[in-house]
Amino acid sequence: MKTQEAIYQYCLRIADSNLILAQRLAEWCSRGPILEEDLAMTNISLDLFGQAETLYEYAATIKGDNATADSLAFLRVEREYFNRLITEQPNGDFAVTMVREVLFSAYQNHLYQALCKSNDEMFRGFAEKALKEVKYHLRHSSEWVIRLGGGTEESKVRSQAALNELWRFTVDMFEMDEVDEELISMGIAPDMKEINKSWMKTVTEVFTEAELHIPDLNNVIKGSNKGIHTEHLGHILSEMQYLQRAFPGATW
Amino acid sequence: MTDEQKLVHFQERIDAGEKIEPKDWMPEAYRKTLLRQISQHAHSEVIGMQPEGNWVLRAPSLRAKKILLAKIQDEGGHGLYLYSAAETFGIDRSEMIEQLQTGKAKYSSVFNYPTLNWADIGAIGWLVDGAAIVNQTMLAKCSFGPYARAMVRICKEEGFHQRQGYEIMAKMMAGTNEQKAMAQDAMNRWWWPSLMMFGPHDSSSAHTSESMKWKIKVESNDSLRQRFVNRTVEQAHHIGLTVPDLNLTYNKETRNWNFGDINWDEFWTVVNGNGPCNHQRIAHHIKYHREGEWVREAAVAFGKKQQKQNSLN
Ligand SMILES: [Fe+2]
Ligand SMILES: [Fe+2]
Repeated sequence: MKTQEAIYQYCLRIADSNLILAQRLAEWCSRGPILEEDLAMTNISLDLFGQAETLYEYAATIKGDNATADSLAFLRVEREYFNRLITEQPNGDFAVTMVREVLFSAYQNHLYQALCKSNDEMFRGFAEKALKEVKYHLRHSSEWVIRLGGGTEESKVRSQAALNELWRFTVDMFEMDEVDEELISMGIAPDMKEINKSWMKTVTEVFTEAELHIPDLNNVIKGSNKGIHTEHLGHILSEMQYLQRAFPGATW
Repeated sequence: MTDEQKLVHFQERIDAGEKIEPKDWMPEAYRKTLLRQISQHAHSEVIGMQPEGNWVLRAPSLRAKKILLAKIQDEGGHGLYLYSAAETFGIDRSEMIEQLQTGKAKYSSVFNYPTLNWADIGAIGWLVDGAAIVNQTMLAKCSFGPYARAMVRICKEEGFHQRQGYEIMAKMMAGTNEQKAMAQDAMNRWWWPSLMMFGPHDSSSAHTSESMKWKIKVESNDSLRQRFVNRTVEQAHHIGLTVPDLNLTYNKETRNWNFGDINWDEFWTVVNGNGPCNHQRIAHHIKYHREGEWVREAAVAFGKKQQKQNSLN
């Protein structure tokens, strides 16, 4: 695989994850448990849309062919999205959203830290800026999970149920294929096995403090690198792409 | 000082252009009017998140999504800020929320209309925020310090919202025929409700005279409305939108755009709870407030445990 092609694919993985999770978090708009949290969740969403845009712009320059950040974001079909499966999972209750946020922002935190040392200048620039944002997302969601784990009986039960539900999607985040091999060999992207280790350490600390236990991995769901999704993605896309699809060629 | 003397002194301070602060003496009616107005304003910011939030997931570009999300966050932030200003009267937010949900407290009627196409997001920013700016620029001069200061801060952001909304409309008017039709449709539906935002005519407004004396308002509903119309009609024409008013004419002498009669029946129907979305807005607020109850309880319980632990250490 050529390096440019691998970089393009790698951009989509990260950008798609950010886009889809941003879309999910935006669903909380006017639905938060308190106004402050409504704003915090849509603020994280806003950060993630911004991160996605940066990488789509990079990907569009590699793709050429009049591709733009928007055409990449809005005009592909399901199998052409490579977001990590956890990002498309429904928001559920506030516990599900916060546990998902801990799992995913901890992953972003370690991935971006590694990308700060990438041989690719664009990735480095992206990661340095985005790292600051995801560190805040991780702190914010960790504080909530600890609060919910140690709050009431109900919040503890809900948080544990959330972790049990989402854990099956965590293996997918660290899957590697020929894209990773190429980029690792060029010093552009990290070995996900290493990221997995530091991620495990971080989330274990949070869940231990929250008095939640990490469930057994007897059900693993993966496939994002190949564009194999859960049933949820199609619905997110139909809503997100509505205007772009209904009025092809229009500018907004 | 007797109450009567206090009142005289209070009026002197107002006339001298002084700001009244929460700890100062004020007549009960002044306190009540301001509390009602500030909490109503806070609720409006929060309820307004619903019609705009209705398009967040469908916004047609990454840029549009970011602008809309940021705008809605600004509005929520205005809500927080205004709730705090209202709390200086010794009422807390949960009490105000209860008043909203039981219908005791009102919010801006304009948010009881639905957002039916993407241009509605443009129309809200341009017309609704535009009308809000005219009103809030006036309120920034009001006599109650915390409210006046809140308005100065908020007006800056509303200016961005108004320009961004207008930009959506301009882009659509420069687009395909379908986009133009959507923009005009939004204009037709949001024009009159925006004019209604300034409230009844001065001749039939219940609160106006006392509010003017105490500088809670410093300009009348009709004069604010006229300023908004003058500004907005030209902006509409500039991008090719038709103002849905057959009686709209320019008066060269007064330099005002004269406009047709406002449908006050519709206004009162919506104010009294029977607009297209009154029920939906409140039901939505109640539903998600209830769904969040266990979260708020958990946060309180956790806070108490922490406190206990800290005092043991
Ligand atoms: Fe506002
Ligand atoms: Fe606004």
